[in-house]
Amino acid sequence: MSMPAEGTPARADGASVDPARRRFLALSLVAPAVVALGSCSSGPRAAARAPVYFSGAEKRFVDAATARLIPADALGGGANEAGVTDFIDLQLAGAYGRAERWYMRGPWPTGTAQQGFQLKYTPAQIYREAIADVEAHCQQQYGKPFAQLAAAQQDDVLHALEGGKIKLAKVPAKTFFALLWQNTQEGFLADPAYGGNRDFTGWKLIGFPGPRYNYVEEIEHFGQPYKQPFVSLVGRDPGAHQPGEA
Amino acid sequence: MAKRLPPVDVVLVGFGWTAAIIAQELTEAGVQVLALERGEFRDTVPDFATDTIQDELRYAVRKQIFESPERETLTFRNSADQTALPMRHLGSFMPAAGVGGAGVHWNGQCWRFLPSDFEIRSQVEQRYGSKFIPEGMNLQDWGVTYDELEPHYDRFEYLCGVSGKAGNLAGTKQPGGNPFEGPRKHDYPLPPLKRSASTTLFDKAAREAGFDPFPCPAANASKPYRNPLGVQMGQCTYCGFCEWFGCGNYSKASPQTTILPVLLKKDNFSFRTRCNVTRVNTDGRGKQATGVTYVDIDGNEFEQPAGMVVLCAFAQHNVHLLLLSKIGTPYDPQSGQGVVGRNYAYQITSSVDVFQKEILNPFMGAGALGQGVDNFNGENFDHGPLGFIGGGYIALWNTGGRPILQHQLPKNAPKWGSGWKRAMHDNYLTSTSIATHGSVMSYRNNYLDLDPTWRDDYGNPLLRLTFDFQPNEHRMSDYLTEQATKIARAIPGATHHAKKREGHYSIVPYQTTHNTGGAAMGADPRTSVVNRYLQSWDVPNLWVMGASVFPQNAGYNPTGTVGALTFWAAEAMKRYLKNPGPLVTT
Repeated sequence: MSMPAEGTPARADGASVDPARRRFLALSLVAPAVVALGSCSSGPRAAARAPVYFSGAEKRFVDAATARLIPADALGGGANEAGVTDFIDLQLAGAYGRAERWYMRGPWPTGTAQQGFQLKYTPAQIYREAIADVEAHCQQQYGKPFAQLAAAQQDDVLHALEGGKIKLAKVPAKTFFALLWQNTQEGFLADPAYGGNRDFTGWKLIGFPGPRYNYVEEIEHFGQPYKQPFVSLVGRDPGAHQPGEA
Repeated sequence: MAKRLPPVDVVLVGFGWTAAIIAQELTEAGVQVLALERGEFRDTVPDFATDTIQDELRYAVRKQIFESPERETLTFRNSADQTALPMRHLGSFMPAAGVGGAGVHWNGQCWRFLPSDFEIRSQVEQRYGSKFIPEGMNLQDWGVTYDELEPHYDRFEYLCGVSGKAGNLAGTKQPGGNPFEGPRKHDYPLPPLKRSASTTLFDKAAREAGFDPFPCPAANASKPYRNPLGVQMGQCTYCGFCEWFGCGNYSKASPQTTILPVLLKKDNFSFRTRCNVTRVNTDGRGKQATGVTYVDIDGNEFEQPAGMVVLCAFAQHNVHLLLLSKIGTPYDPQSGQGVVGRNYAYQITSSVDVFQKEILNPFMGAGALGQGVDNFNGENFDHGPLGFIGGGYIALWNTGGRPILQHQLPKNAPKWGSGWKRAMHDNYLTSTSIATHGSVMSYRNNYLDLDPTWRDDYGNPLLRLTFDFQPNEHRMSDYLTEQATKIARAIPGATHHAKKREGHYSIVPYQTTHNTGGAAMGADPRTSVVNRYLQSWDVPNLWVMGASVFPQNAGYNPTGTVGALTFWAAEAMKRYLKNPGPLVTT
């Protein structure tokens, strides 16, 4: 696997850092298509997007791994239903994936745990390197790619990554697992404006209503569930919105 | 070659809380003031508008409201025998960049320090004897007393519209307030915020545990408020996006919501953004500041001459600038001599997570909506049998319920998979957390200096932080955590998980942005960088603001004390400007 060229900005599809502009894009570009399809609160329209950063094989790995990290079950949809892969893909294609706000000058000695992250790889590079190595491990161990393993085998691989028991060439397995799990939770629980938490899957699980702004009355209604509809920064139907990066 | 600009009376480095206060005070006195800010201009609208700011991913997780370490950061190690390595992204603390500074993204937890905090060395020696002070601890009095600062605390609280309940009015204890606070002349300008389900649980449990809970002071307006400058603030809506966000509702005190609407209209005030000050310039003898050098966003270098220079950047950035400018004697940990970089301190925090059955709706909150207990702060309790110095408060802060970073899970909950989902489902609405917030003393081996290896975008050496928690702090924090656990046990039907702060200090997990010291204030130039008025001992037309002047840290959030010290220093600057020279002679 090759590294993305340094300094080549991978542009997120429809990416904008300005929510007002995101809203404008959502209204002007996406809304007519939605009207043409008829309104619906869930369905294939957002799921059909092609990855911006991930290769097809990488996307299949992330789909399969995040489906084990947050599975669909009796409590509701999991990472796949929430669009977590799309979320991570867009994040890695943007400023976060390029570590634009991190101090990335060498030299690069190894430090103590207390000194924190000291790798010269950006988040996007970590995914690319680590997924290739994990897939090589799966081929060697099971003769199949990760996505084709049985659920119990996938869990074994994930536990081994979490515990640092698989040796990856460039990135510590624990570092990759921690990043994947952090980004998976983000994709499940962040505002749907970023392409994950589709149909408020994550917020419905826990009962967070979204950015509702005013609880002056309700804060004193002790013990009572809050019953207003879920809302996103891009409205009550974020599926009609083209997501951007953070 | 730097382009030389026309001179100004006073130049301020940074444009956060302390710069806004100094600028307002000195422009009222007729002085021409210029603020140089490295970040962007920001204001309530459009930058913090409610349909923009309530975005956990963008601001709290991706940290877009804080300084970016990309251009400049610091290096860190636990002890001098290690090699310090760069802090490559933010973690343990979150300094700001941009107009308003950290005053934009703070919670509004606006405390006064205790009278004993300012005279800690004298009080400890008197009460327990000088042998009670551990080897290597640089315990120092501040050179200023609570009584001297009281009117200035008052000014800051009325500027900010702080919501709270007095516990001690002119020496008379007031029911419902903090019985341990120092005497105050006036009550808070606004009544306390509403109580939430979780702070109500805490209040009841803390009483059952035998403690004295009270509503924590909040620079979140409980009612509409017009401050003494005539600036109007709006009532807090408990939206739960204070901490690490700007306020979209003009409810949380910040320079933008309290001072800038007046200051920015003045002819004798100006500011420039995207200007990074890299040096304080001095005359040939190093006895007088002549202005500053800064670099703009395009890399152009400018020399800004000024009659007076005030460092108003974040704590460690002020120290970095002093070291780069070779002002004052750098601290040498080998000999213990020198002062710049000496007495860096922090705070030590822990928590007790609480899991119970009642719906708490944690997302309805405010940054400083809390009930607290002060029984174990400062000299409010007898340290003799406990064998440590310092203390802290215990509080339940209902700051919000942001899903990614503000959820609690039981100790044995699965880390991922269906079990994790079940634990999230079962606990998000019904769990809460009790915080402890403990002091950290200063030590010979905890300090700031310049790094020999890594450099910033301007080619300057990065600041190097050498810091670790000491046994005194661990003993104190463990004791506080035990007291907090007593409160958790008194909550009906609850289980709890005490999370002590263990082991070495780590720069990775967020703890607190209460970094202090490195340019300590004091009465003795051998152990302080600035005098009791925050005026440099070495260069009398140079002043240092903010928490960098704390000789050691106390068990409270620092902003209230930073605000009071800034008003106190502003009064001294007005005297200085009429009659320049050192305000304290040695």
